[in-house]
Amino acid sequence: MTMTLPATWTTVCDYHALLPERGVCALVGGEQVAVFRTFDGAVHAIGNLDPFSGAHVLSRGIVGTRGGEPTVASPLHKQVFSLVTGACLDEPGAAVPTYPARVVDGRVEVAARAALPEQDGPVHASGRSLVDAP
Amino acid sequence: MSRVVVAGYGPTAHRFVEALRERGFGGRITVIGEEPRPAYDRVALTSYLTGASLADLTYEVPEGVETLLGTRVTGIDRQARTVTTAGGATVPYDVLVLATGSAPFVPPVPGAEHAHVYRTIDDLDAIREASDGAAEGVVVGGGLLGLEAADALRGLGLRTHIVEMSPWLMPRQVDEGGGAVLKGHIEGLGLSVHAGAGVQEIVTDAEGRVTGLRKPDGTLLDAQIVVFSAGIRPRDELARAAGIDVGERGGVVVDAGMRTSDPAVYAIGECALAGGQVYGLVGPCNTMAEVAADRVLGGTAVFEGADLSTKLKLLGVEVAQFGAMSGALDVTYMDPVGGVYKRLFISDDARTLLGGICVGDAAPYATLRPFVGKPLPAAPADLLFTGTGAADLDLPDEAQVCSCNNVSAGAVRAAVADKGVTDVPGIKACTRAGTTCGSCVPMLKQLLERSGVELSKALCEHFTYSRAELFDIIRVRGVTTFSELIAHHGTGRGCDICKPTVASILASLHNGHVLEGERAALQDTNDAYLANIQKNGTYSVVPRIPGGEITPDKLIVIGEVARDFGLYTKITGGQRIDLFGARVEQLPQIWKRLVDAGFESGHAYGKALRTVKSCVGSTWCRYGVQDSVGLAIALELRYRGLRAPHKLKSAVSGCARECAEARSKDFGIIATEQGWNLYVGGNGGFKPRHADLFASDLSTEELVRTIDRFLMYYIRTADRLQRTAAWIESIEGGLDHVRDVIVNDSLGLCAELDAQMAHHVTTYEDEWRATIEDPEKLSRFVSFVNAPGVPDPSIVFERERDQIKPMVVTP
Repeated sequence: MTMTLPATWTTVCDYHALLPERGVCALVGGEQVAVFRTFDGAVHAIGNLDPFSGAHVLSRGIVGTRGGEPTVASPLHKQVFSLVTGACLDEPGAAVPTYPARVVDGRVEVAARAALPEQDGPVHASGRSLVDAP
Repeated sequence: MSRVVVAGYGPTAHRFVEALRERGFGGRITVIGEEPRPAYDRVALTSYLTGASLADLTYEVPEGVETLLGTRVTGIDRQARTVTTAGGATVPYDVLVLATGSAPFVPPVPGAEHAHVYRTIDDLDAIREASDGAAEGVVVGGGLLGLEAADALRGLGLRTHIVEMSPWLMPRQVDEGGGAVLKGHIEGLGLSVHAGAGVQEIVTDAEGRVTGLRKPDGTLLDAQIVVFSAGIRPRDELARAAGIDVGERGGVVVDAGMRTSDPAVYAIGECALAGGQVYGLVGPCNTMAEVAADRVLGGTAVFEGADLSTKLKLLGVEVAQFGAMSGALDVTYMDPVGGVYKRLFISDDARTLLGGICVGDAAPYATLRPFVGKPLPAAPADLLFTGTGAADLDLPDEAQVCSCNNVSAGAVRAAVADKGVTDVPGIKACTRAGTTCGSCVPMLKQLLERSGVELSKALCEHFTYSRAELFDIIRVRGVTTFSELIAHHGTGRGCDICKPTVASILASLHNGHVLEGERAALQDTNDAYLANIQKNGTYSVVPRIPGGEITPDKLIVIGEVARDFGLYTKITGGQRIDLFGARVEQLPQIWKRLVDAGFESGHAYGKALRTVKSCVGSTWCRYGVQDSVGLAIALELRYRGLRAPHKLKSAVSGCARECAEARSKDFGIIATEQGWNLYVGGNGGFKPRHADLFASDLSTEELVRTIDRFLMYYIRTADRLQRTAAWIESIEGGLDHVRDVIVNDSLGLCAELDAQMAHHVTTYEDEWRATIEDPEKLSRFVSFVNAPGVPDPSIVFERERDQIKPMVVTP
């Protein structure tokens, strides 16, 4: 089941400021979102919170591919997440939220509300941190 | 429970008590040793004179074993089942094991009382002391131990003569042709060989100091030290006095279960006469120890004699002998120019391998020894050139692969098939094969390869190459970007394994800033932010403090920076200061303050040189013999920023007391009176390992050149995340090979390695300074790209012992 909600778009940065295969972190609707530009030019947005460590660090992971799927690896303990679905490819059941992302007039925009991927296990979403985002 | 008493504490006694304990013996074990120390590795005895410490050689006493050292058993009361010691103690036994070893044979010539022998640590201490002020030495005996002793004298700086009664050297291992080639090698090293010669007398002056050795023909060899190494005699005097059967020519007679004529008394090792023979090699002695341990516990193990095959490297020459030393037919290869001699003995029907001799190149040994007594696996002439490369021989299961620990090819195959072992360290742990002399390791590799275990060297799903292969591709093809490399030689867009690996190779080969252009996207977060990420997503900052030397003013700056940014401070093990808790956007501000005060990056975050620790050295220390701080600073500044397959650590100690703990480092330096000793391949961590001596008494210039090449050869050929210790272990030929490449330039690589290091040294720049001076790179250091001034609100600290610590977040 994938929730689809009306999107409120937030401008994150200029597209050219987003370097290929490096992430940035943006505050979108009070949540930390990791935004990536892959080698083919596409933009992806996922939650910045690493569910394994509880630290907001995924934007600082290494971007790559696994079997052709674009991924990012947590910089803390290297679990790999799909940039498309948010699912953790190393630990079934774990996942991070994904956010709609697009490029409009040379600017990267991310929608404020996250879509949670379809799954059976517990959801580790950004709301689990001790300190709420302002 | 019964009580076992062992008379003698050498390596065989040690193996026996170890085996008893391993097999679950729960009774009391008492070992009575003549030397004032536990057993030590006699095979490696010579290393004691070239840098190894007693502690390096000494075996750990197994748990629960009582030792009575510095005394000896003087009598056995077989009726009462007690032994008495030199100190007058009476020790009761249920089982007595004689492991009294042997004594060097000293021929009864005039002056023999002034000669040395070569068996114990005390003997070596005495030789070392006597060598002080001596210029020449003579070793009597040109066998295996004699050549060891000659090597030791040569190592002590003496002009060395070898006197051997037989017409050629090592008569037990090689024939006349092999002896001639061996002599050529040894004379080439500057030693004098006097074969077919005996000893008339040891000549001394009026004060009883040795001045020379006279041969029966009247010639006098000038020498201030004479060492006898002319064979051994079993120490059977205890058994003899107690009425236990001994052989006509010495040795305590034992049956196949190592039991003497008294059923409560066993004899093992060099004092035992088993099957009419006394054994002086570590392999058979270990087997005797295992058999006796099994018997004491009620087992039925038997000692069936032993393969006396040997392979060793003496004075830099490989010598090997296996099986018989004669046969109806033989095939010989002799290269007097290259100093190689190989001979195989074959049965009269030309179908069975009987034995062989190798001098100068022992490569065929490991492969051929298991075929002794079996049909020839290939044409005899081809077998002479069998080596590690010729992996097309199938060993029978019963063939012995490791003679030191009596492990068969079948046992190794079983470990691979049943226990899922996939590498040589796994085989070692499982079977003990290859753990003593190591000469069978190529054989183990071969068995592993032929067992069908798929040993993939692919780095990850994106590259089918190993790190070393990628290094060569990048170097030879002149590749400068990851995109170019993966487009032509890989698939996909990489991952957290291959990207940092390629980034490291590019940095090692081309230097340049790690955050320049596309390379920024390849780096692990530590390299990407030039700091070490911590559990809460903050970073720690470590400025370089070369050699651990720092001025008060600079110390104050570090304190002020930590205070102003609210950082947690801790002194590291590498003699520097770590500042924790910095947020991404604080990093450039912290660096600015540090760089302005004269600091630079300490590369604590990189797979790169970390620190070169030092003791205070001769400048202040009353024991120091060299300026260890000065050298440590010079080395740290030379190799700073050098990217490598793993982190690199180093230390310099100003004297042999080793306060800088240099032997726990990838490359450690210890000062000597004459210069520097270089040790390589040490590390702390999960599997601590002491570094091995690589070269002695180097001048500073020689030292730096040797380290340059060592590091560059490591960077070129090691696997990803492979420390120097594991790298050396994985290389065919191990440390000797590395020494050959670096010191003797055996691969013709040295000029290239030197040039690469020169390039590194001249193009080094401080990554912190370069980053704070570049607005584009600087723009990356924000918590939020759309709110650059806002700190990450999820980072929260609490306080402990007057400093911050991360508040624990449970995901």
